[in-house]
Order: sequence, then structure tokens, then C-alpha cells
Amino acid sequence: MVGRESFQGELQQVEQLIIRLAKKTKEQLTLAVESLYDSDVEKAELVIQNDVDLDKLDLKINEEAIVLIARQQPVATDLRRLVVAIRISTDLERMADNAKNIAKSTVRLGKDHGMTVHPSIKEMKKIAIEMIDLAIKAYENEDISLARKLSEFDDMVDHMYSTMLRELLEETATEPQKIQHIMQMAFSGRYVERIGDHATNIGEDVTFLVKGESLDLNY
Amino acid sequence: MSVITENRINIDVKTNDVNERKAVNTNVQKKDRSIIYDTKNLNLWYSQSHALKDINLEILRNEVTAIIGPSGCGKSTYLKTLNRMVELVPGVSTTGSIAYNGNNILSKSIHVEDLRTKVGMVFQKPNPFPKSIYENVAYGPRVHGIKKKAVLDEIVEKSLRGAAIWDEVKDRLNQNAYGLSGGQQQRICIARCLAIEPDVILMDEPTSALDPISTLKVEELIKELKQKYTIIIVTHNMQQAARISDKTVFMLNGEVIEFSETDQLFSNPKDKRTEDYITGRFG
Repeated sequence: MVGRESFQGELQQVEQLIIRLAKKTKEQLTLAVESLYDSDVEKAELVIQNDVDLDKLDLKINEEAIVLIARQQPVATDLRRLVVAIRISTDLERMADNAKNIAKSTVRLGKDHGMTVHPSIKEMKKIAIEMIDLAIKAYENEDISLARKLSEFDDMVDHMYSTMLRELLEETATEPQKIQHIMQMAFSGRYVERIGDHATNIGEDVTFLVKGESLDLNY
Repeated sequence: MSVITENRINIDVKTNDVNERKAVNTNVQKKDRSIIYDTKNLNLWYSQSHALKDINLEILRNEVTAIIGPSGCGKSTYLKTLNRMVELVPGVSTTGSIAYNGNNILSKSIHVEDLRTKVGMVFQKPNPFPKSIYENVAYGPRVHGIKKKAVLDEIVEKSLRGAAIWDEVKDRLNQNAYGLSGGQQQRICIARCLAIEPDVILMDEPTSALDPISTLKVEELIKELKQKYTIIIVTHNMQQAARISDKTVFMLNGEVIEFSETDQLFSNPKDKRTEDYITGRFG
């Protein structure tokens, strides 16, 4: 068990990479939703392009965590810290994939679809960004109480999504010719809702890190 | 339809198999999980120095129990108490009790020789006798009065097989054990221990002088041996304790801080001091 100080330093480096991935994920989500509301196909293509960097960052976090497990053979909290780093990184990467999917919807809708994007997507995005902030703060401070709050936020997003979906479905009845477009809106809402689920997963990971036991916040 | 029926039958059979297997496993566990060593309020002093403080431990039969802790925490002292070898140190005194199969081994009425016949020990450095491989293993049974060559041959082979070294030495049983590698010598010592058919094998850092391959061989051997014997092992190598033991005892300054399932102790220890030790924050 030599080199524990350097090991702690290496653990912190992994943590910093996760914080960087979270920051980039938030940026991607913001850009993607902006592109959807502004019908900005160029911006959407930038989001799709950027996603490659986020995938690489996720891979780097995974590799560094695996190398540390192999070299340092950590146990107890140290082991959980690395397992959780891998899980959180995966959740952030999935969130970024969802942001990319929103951007793809923008591209599919094109510049001149002439429809109003449902206002709830923007509101849901706002809460999703708050959730990512909260999840990462819970991770950095190893704070279970923050992790628990994520569950409440997730309920709000879920509720907004189901209301939005109902309204969109009603729209399909009155304007069946726009069904393709309406579906892209519904998908985009679903992508933001999934981001909320992934943020909640991070809350569960933090609980596992601190207490060593699993907790289902996604109910 | 017939195919579906067949499938259903297959599924049922499989389900029954699993249930049967579960039932068998449960029975095995019930049979084997009796207490072999029950230590109650054990205190030990080396003259004025209080080396073991109020130890309470229940060690179960056919399990591997690992004892970990920093140097001087009392883990080797406790191990040597289990076969009363600790009495070889002048000025030792004890209070409390250690029941081995229900009998207090600290009681004066216990014959130490009988106890040590049932409780074998393997040490840190391989310590074969300066004799042939055969004589090393046959030594114990000879002391216990077995003289017939055929019986001794059988015991030697069985013990060497049990220690997973028979195939490596069967053609040179008359060669001096000193000519073997460290890892082989250690397995000869384990075979010597098995030859007297003990219930318990105490191991005091048995692999600390061995190379990684020999260490793995001994670790594999320990896993096999627990089918027949109870093994209590003191080790400085925490990964080793994590790999091979069912239960782990963490000791600090003569006290048992935590005693739990190895899975639990190494993934989510209950005591902060255990966490600090196993994650290398002190020790």
C-alpha cells in the first residue's frame, strides 16, 4: 500500500475530468436546445461534431480509473470512488448523447419547418441543467442530502414531459400533416427527460459512494 | 405441442435441480458452520505489556479466517494462543477463555501435546527439517507411533497430494528438502502439518517469503484445504486476505476492531479505523 498520497492525487485528477465532462455536457445541452428553438442547423451540426470529444473524455476517465484499480488495488471507499467515477462518466456521456439527439432533431426539422417549439422543452432543459449542477455538487462534496433532492427535480421533469406529450398528441389530431414535426418535438422532450434520469443516477452513485449501499431515486 | 411440453419438462427439471442444489448447499453450510474456537474476554500480558485486550471471537469450522493489522497489533500473539505456543515466551499470563470444540484450552488440565496434534502450524519462513522430503512428512506420524512402512508411505503420499506438491516431488522423495525452492519447501511444511491429520491449520504469514507464483499456489491450496480443515491465517498482505478468506479480523493495539465477512470488510467496513487501515491511510 505504498504511494497513497500520489493515489489520492490521481483520484482527484479523475474527479476533475468528471467535472470537466459535466461542464461540457451542460454546454452541449444548452446549444442543442438553442438550435432547436432557433432552427439553427449549423449550431446543431456543431453539437453533433462536439460529441466526439465528449466520448473521448468519457473513454479517458474509464481508462484512468481502470489503470488506478489495476495499479493501486483499492478497497472500501477508494474502490467505490473509482467504480462510481466510471458510472458517473457513463451517465454524463449518455446525457451528452441525448443532447446530440436533440441536435439531430433540429437537423431533421430543417430551417423552415414553420412550427413553434413547445415551450416546455426549454423549461425542462433549465431544470435538467440545475440537476446536473446539483448532481456534480453532490459528487464533489459527497453530500447525500443534495443527491436526494435530485429525485424531486426528476419528478418535476417527468410531469412536464407527460403534460407536454399530451398537448402534442392533441396537436397531431388537429394538424395531422405536421405529425413528423410534432414527433421530433416529442422526441426532443423525451431526450431532456432522459437527461434528468441520468442526473438522478448520479445521485444514486453518490449515495453508494458515501454509504456503500444502493438507493433507487428513479422511482 | 410436444416440443412445448418437452421444454416445459426441461424447465421443471432444471428448476428442481437448482432447488436441490440449494438444499444441498444449505445442508452443507448447516453442517459445517459450527464454532470451532470460541474466544471469550481474552486478555494476555507479556510481563507488564498488555498485548491482547478483551478479545471476543467466534471462529467457524471449515472457514478461512484472516487476521490483519499493523505490526505489533497482537495478531501473531493471538494466533499462537490458539495452540498455546505463546507460552514459550517467558512472563506470559492470560485471563478469559478460548474454547476449542467446547473445551477451554487455557485450562491447566489440557494436554498441550494433544492440542497441537489437532492444531497444526505453518510459519513465515519455510522450516523443513534437514532430512529427506519423505522423512519431513513422515516425522509427525512416526512420533505418534506409526512404524509400518506401508502406512507411512500412504500418509506421505496423501499429505503431499493434499499440499499440492506430490507431482513435483514424487520421483525424489529421498532427496533433502533443503534442495527445493522456497515455495516447494513451504508446501512440504504444509504437507508435514497435514500428516498428523489436524482439524485446524494456523498460518503465520505463510507466503511472505515466497515469490508471486509460489504465493498463488499456496493461496489456491488454502482454498482447497478449507474443505477439510479450518484455517486461520495472519497476513500482512491485505489483498491476500481479501482473496482467500471467508472472514477477516482487523486488530489494532491488541484489540479486535472489526470482525466480519471478508466481502463486507473490504468493500464497506463498519469502523473508520478499519477503513483507514485497509485504504492505507495509516499502518
